[in-house]
Amino acid sequence: MRSYVPNTEGERKEMLSSMGLSSMDELFRDIPDELKLSRPLNLPEGKSETEIRRIFRAYAERTNGSMPLFRGAGAYRHYIPSLIPQLLMRSEFYTAYTPYQAEMSQGMLQAIFEYQTLMCRLTGMDVSNASVYDGATAAAEAMLMLRDAKRKQKILISDGLNPDVIAVIHTYARFARLECVSIPLNSDGTTDMDALSANSDGAAGYIVANPNFFGCLENMDEISAAVHGFGGLLVSYVNPISLSLVKRPGDYGADIAVGDAQPLGLPLSFGGPYCGFMCSTQKLIRNLPGRIAGQTSDAEGNRVFVLTLQAREQHIRREKASSNICSNQMLCAITASMYLSVMGPEGMYEVAMQNLQKAHYLRDGIKSINGARIRYENTPFFNEFVVEFDKDSAVINALLKKKGIVGGARLANYKDGDNGILMCVTEMNTREEIDALITALEEITK
Amino acid sequence: MRSEYPLIFERSKPGRRGYDLPKLDVPELDGLIPEQMLNKEPLKLPEIAEVDLVRHYTNLSKRNFGVDNGFYPLGSCTMKYNPKINEEMPALFNDLHPLLDQDMAQGAIDMMLDLDRALCEITGMDKFTLQPSAGAHGEYTGLMIIKAYHDMRQDYGRNVMIVPDAAHGTNPASAAMAGYKIREIKSAPDGSVDLDALRAAVGNDTAGLMLTNPSTLGLFERNIKEIADIVHEAGGLLYYDGANLNAIMGIVRPGDMGFDCMHINLHKTFSTPHGGGGPGSGPVGVKKELIPYLPYPVVMGHCGGAATLDYDRPLSIGKVKSLYGNFGVLVKAYAYILSLGGKGLKEASENAVLNANYVFNRLKGAYGVPHDRICMHECVIEPGELLEKGVHTTDIAKALIDRGYHPMTIYFPLIVHEAMMIEPTETESRETLDAFVDAMLDIARVAKEDPESLHKAPVTTPVGRPDEVAAARKPVVKYED
Amino acid sequence: MIPNDRKYTKEHEWLLIEGNVAKIGITDHAQDALGDIVFVELPAVGDEFAVGDSFAVVESVKAVSQIYTEAAGKVIEINEELDASPELLNSDPNGCFIAAIEFTNLNEDALLTADEYAEFLKSEE
Repeated sequence: MRSYVPNTEGERKEMLSSMGLSSMDELFRDIPDELKLSRPLNLPEGKSETEIRRIFRAYAERTNGSMPLFRGAGAYRHYIPSLIPQLLMRSEFYTAYTPYQAEMSQGMLQAIFEYQTLMCRLTGMDVSNASVYDGATAAAEAMLMLRDAKRKQKILISDGLNPDVIAVIHTYARFARLECVSIPLNSDGTTDMDALSANSDGAAGYIVANPNFFGCLENMDEISAAVHGFGGLLVSYVNPISLSLVKRPGDYGADIAVGDAQPLGLPLSFGGPYCGFMCSTQKLIRNLPGRIAGQTSDAEGNRVFVLTLQAREQHIRREKASSNICSNQMLCAITASMYLSVMGPEGMYEVAMQNLQKAHYLRDGIKSINGARIRYENTPFFNEFVVEFDKDSAVINALLKKKGIVGGARLANYKDGDNGILMCVTEMNTREEIDALITALEEITK
Repeated sequence: MRSEYPLIFERSKPGRRGYDLPKLDVPELDGLIPEQMLNKEPLKLPEIAEVDLVRHYTNLSKRNFGVDNGFYPLGSCTMKYNPKINEEMPALFNDLHPLLDQDMAQGAIDMMLDLDRALCEITGMDKFTLQPSAGAHGEYTGLMIIKAYHDMRQDYGRNVMIVPDAAHGTNPASAAMAGYKIREIKSAPDGSVDLDALRAAVGNDTAGLMLTNPSTLGLFERNIKEIADIVHEAGGLLYYDGANLNAIMGIVRPGDMGFDCMHINLHKTFSTPHGGGGPGSGPVGVKKELIPYLPYPVVMGHCGGAATLDYDRPLSIGKVKSLYGNFGVLVKAYAYILSLGGKGLKEASENAVLNANYVFNRLKGAYGVPHDRICMHECVIEPGELLEKGVHTTDIAKALIDRGYHPMTIYFPLIVHEAMMIEPTETESRETLDAFVDAMLDIARVAKEDPESLHKAPVTTPVGRPDEVAAARKPVVKYED
Repeated sequence: MIPNDRKYTKEHEWLLIEGNVAKIGITDHAQDALGDIVFVELPAVGDEFAVGDSFAVVESVKAVSQIYTEAAGKVIEINEELDASPELLNSDPNGCFIAAIEFTNLNEDALLTADEYAEFLKSEE
């Protein structure tokens, strides 16, 4: 056991006596005795490093993250360049607090400024904040931006968003007393444009995913025109890996672009920490929540980075702030910066291309299996698609697991009775893995 | 000393590359995406060799300051040392997809349950959700839980959250997001709750009171029992802002003080690093009556059986984040709890309070002291007579930078004029504290002899004081080439 | 610096009243207390406000201040110059209005003359 307290017993006594105190207990004399805990905390005795390692290895041994993986549904396994985990161990970054003292935090502030620039270039938007908790909370915060910018209480929400994103949006909306109207998908897996226009009356805007949860690419030009046509704002929820291939939110006039930066160098890590990104048009900059770094100069004219537009934030505006957010996911945002910088324009294109090609290779392989149907067969997709089998999806996945393969996400987990499986392929899946999956599915469905 | 450092975009050279990928091993097909959906322009990202990127970030890191660089007494932020063993553990779970079948993730779910139980024991709460990502996110979650509780009892009129004026800014901001009206009450001069003001503020519309104890002045709220009684008798609930939990582990528990709901900042009290602003983690603990309203899924323990994720929670407020929380941060926090054990946690709190009082005691005389009594884990001082020399809190903070320290929290709490809030934490040695105090005493001396020189501080940093007015008037928030 | 041609409030705003239109700005004392003003959140023409409502927000780097109206009615003009040059409120507070409200109701009880406002400033010190 150790508490990482450097001072010895003797030093503690000396410090106490320098203040005219004789025991630790006297430091706590303001606390009424009847409230004090009269027993030791009922926790195991402190452990050594060796024991800690053993304990966590035992937890890890009861997990299995090593099988070929065809599951995405919001969390994606991608290549992580070796320099990323190593640079993240620079403790000047990871043991720092929010860069409130600009002069001694130029490293972090410049890194945030670079992150903002990279995200703007990735999404085609004008401005970016320094991150929020994850993609789902980014979408929920975007909803609040719509409300404030348009002063309307009704928000249109696509059924094609990730169910977790929809769930978080609904939580935020319920307590903010906003009306969320679901916009259904057509049988081809993309936005029902008639439903969109039928519900547009009094709506602040539309939140839609591209590619959507079912992998389908939406016609974003058409959606953007429709949303702006009724005077609303468009929030586009995107997979950052897709943006060297498909149009960026800025290209089709989105007002806000959000999503999760997890695919940009962050490990799966059982769901977190990930990183929500939020970009917007210049016009909406004061509605953006969270921290923003800006460029200015010092008295000698040196370029200096600072946290700026702080009057939007909770520590100054309190209950009238654009959001309550304080801590964000800064180190994860820096991870995304490192990833985008090392991949560069070519690397981002190549990753996206490999995802696209390999996912289509699997799709084509599955298509020829008896008893398998591709659900949105004629809709373009990126790296995920939905397949249905004659057999129950639970049975399919259980049999795949026996063969050492993690199949796609079962849609029954999101909607009762939906027998679809959402398959995901990334550049990490080799042709051998994909072939093995196709063979396994052929055997299972026989 | 002064120097600019080029942006990554200014290092970019066409054709350079830092990545490599295996060759595409499936046949390449054309026309998979319709023309009108394609992005035809290459992304305007930097083109950099690996070595240059590594040097870029390494050099940027040298223009930054963390706990590993030196003393970081940032009040209310609990910048304690981040033990290295904790940083190693999350990698064991790096490849674990969050949507794996339960049998492939059992160890991770068990770990979450074990952490939940440890947090319950430390705080006196009955159940935690690990989903919230930060302190403010925890506040927001807890306040929605309180609203759901009142609504379930068809007590719909309770829409006012009482927040003392000494509270962290996140408190009123979270309450507003959760749909409450905010009723701010003036604090007594020592930062404690003014009982008369509280009595006047409560009523049929009271949903609850948000409070941190020790208060934002670092003083223990002695009347906490009466406060709890006043709020409970009015039909409201008590929310505990866990930002200051580092003062009281193993000594007194929020659950025993009468709080119904609380969050913990794992990135403060439980030593997970702040990462330059995040990721944090803000688990929310509740008393039994509030368990049904926790966000789903709830990690459930079963007698003798394995832990499970329970999604069938009809009264839940819903999800506040996708998946289960900042899992990697949870791992680090639990490693810390296991390292210290119950005895170690108490020792940590005792020494946090000892160190704060030691610093406070030595600074009295040179600086103003708004409240001269034993403090908890942090203390608040003022410039005092230095103000007459034209030396402000900002100047003192900047002068500390030149002496190798990260400044304390400044201009908070708002109820103390020109406040300086110092939280040394338990992981600092007496020599460090003494050297810091000596630096503060030296600054006070210079302030009297040569106040002008302090306005120029810091002089040892790569850049001088930024022009924040220009930054805010004409925001430049990205690089343009 | 306290012109006689207008009325004042204890929230340090001035109202220049002509007929049923009140141009509202902030006083020299207010701009001095706020420090360098970096942004003014203006209402939209056509917005309606009641007595005591906040109709604009003035930001400095580390503070925000709500601007309230003692004149109830509809905004008929805003000072768009403040969008690009918020610092005008620092350099010429008396010459720089924020918005003009065509009022249906004026809360005369809350309004001070220049002399009364000067007295009030002294009493606040």
